[in-house]
Parts: sequence; structure tokens; C-alpha cells
Amino acid sequence: MSKDAILGAIRRGLKRGPLPEDQAMALRARLAGHPRHLIPARSRVSRPEQIALFIRNIEKEFGSVARVPDLSQVPAAVADYLAAQNLPTDFAMAPHPELQGIPWHERPMLMMRVGRAQATDLVSLQHGYAAVAETGTLMLPAAPERPTTLNLLSDTFMVLLRASRIVGAYEEAWDLLRAENHDLPSGGFMPRNVMLVTGPSRSADIESTLELGAHGPRRLHVLLVDDDPNALG
Amino acid sequence: MHVNSPNFKSNVTHALADTRLQKALSDTRLAFPSRRAAAVANLPEFEQLRDIGRDIKNHTLANLDFYLETYAANVERAGGTVHWCSTADEARAAVLAICQRANARTVTKGKSMISEELGINAHLEQHGITPVETDLGEYILQIRNEPPSHIIAPAFHLNRDDWEESFRKVHTDLPEDRVFNERRDILTEARTRLREKFLAADVGITGANFLIAETGSSVIVTNEGNGDLTQTLPRVHIALASIEKVVPTLEDATSLLRLLARSATGQDFSVYTTFSTGARRPGDWDGPGEYHVVLIDNGRSGMVGTEFQDMLRCIRCAACMNHCPVYFTVGGHSYGWVYPGPMGSVLTPSLVGVDQAGHLPNASTFCGKCESVCPVKIPLPKLMRHWREREFERHLSPQGTRTGMGIWAWFARRPAAYRFATRLGAWVLGKLGRKKGKFTSLPFADGWTAGRDLPAPEGETFFARYARAQREGTL
Repeated sequence: MSKDAILGAIRRGLKRGPLPEDQAMALRARLAGHPRHLIPARSRVSRPEQIALFIRNIEKEFGSVARVPDLSQVPAAVADYLAAQNLPTDFAMAPHPELQGIPWHERPMLMMRVGRAQATDLVSLQHGYAAVAETGTLMLPAAPERPTTLNLLSDTFMVLLRASRIVGAYEEAWDLLRAENHDLPSGGFMPRNVMLVTGPSRSADIESTLELGAHGPRRLHVLLVDDDPNALG
Repeated sequence: MHVNSPNFKSNVTHALADTRLQKALSDTRLAFPSRRAAAVANLPEFEQLRDIGRDIKNHTLANLDFYLETYAANVERAGGTVHWCSTADEARAAVLAICQRANARTVTKGKSMISEELGINAHLEQHGITPVETDLGEYILQIRNEPPSHIIAPAFHLNRDDWEESFRKVHTDLPEDRVFNERRDILTEARTRLREKFLAADVGITGANFLIAETGSSVIVTNEGNGDLTQTLPRVHIALASIEKVVPTLEDATSLLRLLARSATGQDFSVYTTFSTGARRPGDWDGPGEYHVVLIDNGRSGMVGTEFQDMLRCIRCAACMNHCPVYFTVGGHSYGWVYPGPMGSVLTPSLVGVDQAGHLPNASTFCGKCESVCPVKIPLPKLMRHWREREFERHLSPQGTRTGMGIWAWFARRPAAYRFATRLGAWVLGKLGRKKGKFTSLPFADGWTAGRDLPAPEGETFFARYARAQREGTL
């Protein structure tokens, strides 16, 4: 069997047999403890500075951010953004309770279809699970209430994110997922898919020059809900 | 993929005469290093992270059997299947069997160097399945039937009009008056065509930048989003990964990811970094119904425990080739196989044999830039020297080289004779060349003088001048 052949060849190279039990236990402890390595100092700052760092990084990576005081203001922010970009007012929306609880009826012009994205959708609205200030990165774990296609198929990708869900470093986002997510099939915490998204899609394959909107969205717009009193510096 | 490395010398001759290639190379030469330098300058901890990256990979390689078994067990716990493959043949057969079971007619592909190594596309085509490369650069290369010339910028050797010409050849319904003046126009055309392919595909094949033992996840890193569409839309996702891609935990992968994009494209982080773990869960609206990992050795286990083990740390960022004066003179195709540049010069002889590719490590100025930018500190010049030694030991180098090396070695071991010979040589050449101050041709040195003049020695040898300066206290 190839599995045995491969493991056997590795062990011959390492000049040992299967790992002795005490060493295997030490490695299992390392896996269970998943120690962090160095975390860059740039995200080790106060909450308001972390939020500011996140926004700076989103903009550096060609995304945009609109800060809204609470969920009730989201429909107006969405309508304003779509109008400013000259975009249609219908969009595909994640079936997340937080999005569905928004008072959309206050802006009857906005038409949303709840579910996954279709290839013809021009605009989508996703629910942001968490975000990493270090590089302006959104964490989007797949779930029935957070379909992956919404991140990919539309031309304009909007994400609703609570400021309280912005952490400094990736490691802190992983810890949120470890603590909060329970994946029944595997018994672990990883869902089928976790996308870390930093800005809109791009390519530099043509003459090494950057163009936005390769296969994924051309625009990334974050609706940042200021729900974190500590973050309002 | 066919090995064309033995023809390195003639490949280089063609590359140097190829004005379009030389234009593309000179347009890019400075861009890669300056982007990386800017990203590194923006992260004061970068040097420390390189040590951490090296240590994580070394720890993993020292326990590679344990981490692979843990990884595979966790993939299966999450509902995925692992196919262990010792050889390229086995891997091709495994991929084909999965596609055939899924009754696949078309397969979309994310960019993957291991797929090039295995020659997956040709194998699928032979069995009536159409593979479609979806990375923009790989898509144009598939149309042109060319291999990639760079591991992260596969088509940077092409110029804008090459794209239009290729599109017109295969997109035969394109109206004559359709303009491709801007890069944007090219991008839009490719995006539209490939959207249809994404939606029609039965199977999606991606590579993997990392495998995570802790969770059984495969990780891909892209900027276009093509890898994600490839692994999200079809019914079946196959991840191709070689055995050295495994790392223990998410934290380990995270530290390496801090190095990867900065070293590769000079971005702080790539646009899409995606962790896949098993197939679609109950209640999910999208995602593949089957998740397979084809885990490939293809010669790597033979590097474990040898002086080439350090090469297994490589995270395929391309920083070494982006900073290589040889690569930017001869281009990637000259190297004749999948992996070009310094990392290719070390890896190719390991995987296809020193008899086929033993001379690639000779194409180096040993400037050491590759090692100085490597995010996991692979001692590339040292490993190239090891290959030179092996090539010499196995009598694979040409007789002229061997004789010259033998003569030089005789003198190098006898310092008095060495000094006498160099003094004599410098004196004779100095006399002969006194009038012109240079030589335009010399016996046994036409390799040098064909391209440039040899300055005539001005009198003293280096040793003599050094000794004099020491005596006079002017050093």
C-alpha cells in the first residue's frame, strides 16, 4: 500500500521506526495546545486603534467601509452605497438571522433574495463572522446561514460586520471559531470552508499589472456597525 | 510533464535571442523585488518570522510521518477521503478514477504546480475529460499549449498582444471590431468565458499551499478567486498536495501565511486564503458534495534525512527566482521542467534525477540573493553546491570541465605552485596585452571572450598586492 510505502520511506530517512509513544504524546499535546508564535506588534493596540487599523487596511486593499451606528441604519447605508455606485437595488442576501432582523421595509426600494448567490447576481450581502485588523481581513466561515457563493459570484460584495467582532490578529479570530463553532460531522470546530478575504478579487497576470475584479467581486464594501462602546475612540 | 532540462544550454541560447521574452523580463525585473521590499519594510518582525517559519517546517519534517497520519485521520473524520500516492502514475490514476466515478465531462482547475508536475491535464484529455485552467495566466497558457514560466506569475513572459491573438484563435465567435486596448478588456473577456466553465464543471481540482494536521484542512491562497470558484461550484472537489505541505496547527499555518504573500507578491495578505475541511454539511446551500485529497510523494520522501531535506521547507513563494539574476536573464522555460529558478535548480535534480538536471545548479552566479530572501531560510546556494559535487562524483559533467577542475584542484592544494603559476600567468598576459590593455580572444577562453573582452593584468597578482599592502601597513 502506498500509505505504508510513503510512511516507511520517511521513517527510513529519519532513521527511526514509528514515533515512540512519549514523543507522540508530546506532539499530541502540541496539537491540543496549538501554541501561538510571534504576533506582530502592529495589532497590539487599543480597541479604537484596532478598528482604525482595520479600516485603513481595508482601504489600502481597495475596499471601502461605511460606519453605521446600529442595525436600524443599515438599510439607508446600503441604499446610499448602491445609489452612489450607480448599482441596481436588488441583491442576494445571506439567510443569517442578524441580516433578516434588519428593518429593510424602511427602504422599500431595496429588493433582496435570501439564499445562495447565482451567477447573474450583481450585488450580494454577506454576514461577517469576524475580522482581523492586522491586514483588514474578513473571516467568513461557511454555514447554512452564510453561503460561500455570496463571497464569490457577485460583482459588488457587501459585508455586514459588527465592530465588536474585529480582533487584532488571525490567531484571535481562530480562537473565536474554536470557542463558538461546533461542527457536528467532524466533532471539531472547522466548518466545511473558512474564507479569509482581504479586498476585492484581482489579478496581475497580464503584464504584471494589477487589475481588480478577476473572477470574484470587483468591489468590496464593509458596513461596519458600531456596537462596541470601547471601540468608539 | 516532459523533462526538457538536458537542453538547458540551447534553451538559454534561444531565450537570449527572444526579444519579446527579453522585453517581458526587463519590464518585470525590478517590480518583484521592490514590492517585496516594501512589504517587508512594513513589518518590523519579518526577520524573526523567517526564523519561526524555518523552525515550524523543520519541526514538521522531523515528525512528518506522525503529522501526515494525524492529518489524514482528521480529513476522514470530517467526511473527506485521502488517496495516498507514491508516484505520479498513481496520482494520475487516482484523479482519473474520481472524475470517472463522478461521470465528469469537464473539470475546472485552480492553479497548481503539483498538477503540472503530474501532467494531470494531458491524462484527463486522453480519457475524454476536458480540463479547464481558470487562473488567468494558466488559462492563456493552456490555449497556447505552453508550460508556466514562473510558479506564481505563470504567464508574465507574455505581452498584451499575445493575449488578444490567443483569444481570437479560440474564442472564434469574437466580433472583429471587439477591442482589446486595455488590460481590463482582456480580463473581462476571460472572466466572462470562464464563468460559463465554472458553472458547467463537474469536478474542481485545486492544489494546496498548506495541509493542517490539527483540523484536516487544505489551504489555498489566490488573488483572483478562481481557486474558490473551482472548489465551491462543482459536485466534487479534489485537492492535490505533496506530502511536505503539512503543518501541525492553524497557528503554524498562520505564521507561514504572514511570510508567504509578502515574499511572493509583496502583499500583506493574499485576497483569498481559504481553508477547506471535508464536504458540504447538512443544511449548506453550496459547496461540493465530495471532498478528496490526493496526497503525493513522487520522490519527496527520498529527500528526508539527506542534505536536501531543507528543500522540503519550500512554501513556493517564488522570492528566490524573483531576485535571481540568472532567472531574469534566461526566463523560466529555459530550466526545462516545472520549477524554475534557484528552488527549481535544487528540486528538479531531486525529483527527476541528477543525470537529467544536474547541470541546472551550475547556472548560478552564487550571489546568494535567493537564500537572503527565502522566507524559510533554505540555504539554496549550499544545496546547489551539493548537486555540483554529486554531478562531479557521478562523472556527469563534461570531460573539459573535469580536466579543468582537476588542474585547478592540483594547484589549489599546492599554494607555492599556485602563486608561481598565477604570477607567471599574470606576467605573460600582462606583457602580451600591454598594447591594447585587453584581449578580444584567448585560447581555451572563447566562452568568456565571445561575449566580452578580458582586461589584461596590470602587473601584480592579488596575493602579491595583498602581501605588499600588509607590509606597508596600507591595508
